[in-house]
Amino acid sequence: MMLGQAGFPMGAVLFYGFALGAGLSAMGVALSRNIVRQAVCLLFALASVAGLYYLLGCEFLAAVQLVVYAGGTLILIVFGVMLTSSELSAKFVPRRGEVMVALGIGAVLLMGLIVGLCAAAGSGAFGDAPLALDRDYPVDRLGLAMLGDYLAPFEVVSVLLLVVMIGAAYLAKARRKGQGVQG
Amino acid sequence: MLSMAEAGTFFEQLFFGWGSERPGAVVSVIYGMIVVVVFFMPFVSVLGMICIWGERKVAGHMQNRPGPNRVGPFGLLQSLADGAKCVMKEDLVPELGDRALFRLAPYVAFAPVFVALVAIPFGPELTFERHLNSGLFLILAMLSVEVMGVIIAGWSSHNKWSTFGAMREACQMVSYEIPLGLSLLVGVMAAGTLNVVDMGLEQGGGLHTWGIFRSPFVFLAFFVYFVASLAANKRAPFDLAESDSELVAGYLTEYSGMRWAFFFFAEYTAMFVVGGIQAALFLDPFGLIGYYHNQLSADPQGHWVGMVVLNVMAATIFIGKAGAVILVQMWLRWTLPRPRIDQVLYVCVKVLLPMGCVLLLGEALWQLFVPWRGGIPWKDYNPLSWGDLMKGGTAVGLGVQLALMMVGVGMVVAVVVWVGRSALDAKSVKKRRAEPEAIVV
Amino acid sequence: MVMGVMEIGLAHYLVLGAVLLVCGLVTILTKRNAIGILIGVELVLNAANINLVAFNRYSHGVSEGGGVALAGQVFAIFVIVLAAAEAAVALSIFLNFYNNFTSVDVEKAKELRG
Repeated sequence: MMLGQAGFPMGAVLFYGFALGAGLSAMGVALSRNIVRQAVCLLFALASVAGLYYLLGCEFLAAVQLVVYAGGTLILIVFGVMLTSSELSAKFVPRRGEVMVALGIGAVLLMGLIVGLCAAAGSGAFGDAPLALDRDYPVDRLGLAMLGDYLAPFEVVSVLLLVVMIGAAYLAKARRKGQGVQG
Repeated sequence: MLSMAEAGTFFEQLFFGWGSERPGAVVSVIYGMIVVVVFFMPFVSVLGMICIWGERKVAGHMQNRPGPNRVGPFGLLQSLADGAKCVMKEDLVPELGDRALFRLAPYVAFAPVFVALVAIPFGPELTFERHLNSGLFLILAMLSVEVMGVIIAGWSSHNKWSTFGAMREACQMVSYEIPLGLSLLVGVMAAGTLNVVDMGLEQGGGLHTWGIFRSPFVFLAFFVYFVASLAANKRAPFDLAESDSELVAGYLTEYSGMRWAFFFFAEYTAMFVVGGIQAALFLDPFGLIGYYHNQLSADPQGHWVGMVVLNVMAATIFIGKAGAVILVQMWLRWTLPRPRIDQVLYVCVKVLLPMGCVLLLGEALWQLFVPWRGGIPWKDYNPLSWGDLMKGGTAVGLGVQLALMMVGVGMVVAVVVWVGRSALDAKSVKKRRAEPEAIVV
Repeated sequence: MVMGVMEIGLAHYLVLGAVLLVCGLVTILTKRNAIGILIGVELVLNAANINLVAFNRYSHGVSEGGGVALAGQVFAIFVIVLAAAEAAVALSIFLNFYNNFTSVDVEKAKELRG
């Protein structure tokens, strides 16, 4: 994992590339009015974040992000868009007041977070020492952790997935009660 | 603010870094680009050209006609001519569709497959990143992103056939990824690693040490994987996304010129990637080379020339084995009729998925009870020695491996004989046509 | 001072996480299409994930025994899995909503309002 080395300029360039990609596509998601374009922007954001995971030395996590998020969840979302597309022409224009409030909250939150981060970084709270490079994460460690220290959450998640599967199948199967009751 | 000297060192380090050990960013990026331009781009284009030519040749011979045979020897340059035509074609973009997304879609389809080549093991050292801990999973991830390109293409075309194709592709791909992953998991469980190169190296040493012959469960998982990979790659008979008899050309309907060609490059590269995974996990990608490589790298006096030779030989064997898988994919395309979409999903959810689960369980139990004795007979163990065979169930494992090997070899021989006989048949039919018998009145 | 730009530390990742979080929040607040809101939620979850993984790499990567600690990564995987589950349930609810109201406009979901 040479690329993840701190101070290695290649890693820095890649970081800025991926970070720019993630940030810009996230802004695209927030600003775009077209739901399909929003989904495509989300795809790029997810892929960039996967690249960041790779830079952080977690290639397994990057692959999980791509398989489950970009290849599964996102396609589910796009599927939902297509199934509910009869209204695509009807624009969902948000009210001006809503947009102002949202942007205000966003700006305040962002400022607060960044100021807080700068303060914390300035006081050396993070102790910015990345792990030594020979400590990249082999997959088997991750598997052992999942079935060792984190066995209880792992089992709970698996039960939850079963419940979700049954529930989603049941919900999606529910019949339409008449043709569009209220408009 | 920056002083000039500071800025100077900054740019110097940005460009050249700290000597050869830690090259600067710009140098590294240029180096990476050169690797991509010199190796991967030509590889992908040549691969696409040869595959398209091969596909048309296979189709021709299966339908008793010669296939492309005018441009170049055996028509080999046909794809080049077609490529020139594609470059010169007008790039049509539908007026009412989402023009930006329409332009973007071919690249979204092509880029992930291209990235997947990074983890493909052409040789023990001939791979982009040797120490990818989860290389196989990364390839799978890239293949699963590819489908987004198809969906965007279908959606942005503003054409009902394209949208139908995209929706079919979406549900087919998402469903088939599960049996695909499960069957790969069976093989990975047997191999004990996700690193594609390690996986290949430990299979070397003989026919019975191939991954596919390790246990009956891996043997069956091989076929489950093959079917699932066809469907995940939208290859015929699962090409419902572009089924020409009902959907014109599905998501490809509105595309022309180079953008259309990009989808084809993506498809053929994905075929190679899928075939490459199959070769790496099941079919012993490096042949005996893996064994010699292990010996040479352990030998302190080993020479680098030997390594280069071994790597080139390994790459040849690997590409040959992946090519064999591609050839079978092509045969199937011109043999089997296309099922309906509900049949496709039935096969996935009710046949392949339970099969995958059962195989996974079976392989886990097999690993528990029957130990794996890899390597070459007489070196790692003596097949004639009673004590060696009785140690921890080696005899059972070895016997099953040999039996499965016989079955596999038998299947290959049967296919070869069958194809050979029909080729002879076709020849005699042609001869009879050329010299019609005298009509007796 | 110059090398601070080229040396990527924990703070860089946290700033990116903050940007993603805010973008996701703005998306949730401004979109009226239910699926758009779902997309915003995914962004917020990703922001959290970046933080988890970056902290794992930079500050809390070593367990008490000196081995590699993987808490951040394991929780990131749980987050991804839960996001998938959440998307499945949310989408089936939206589909039901669409079946009943022929719309996915969240403004129209006010039948229970007194």
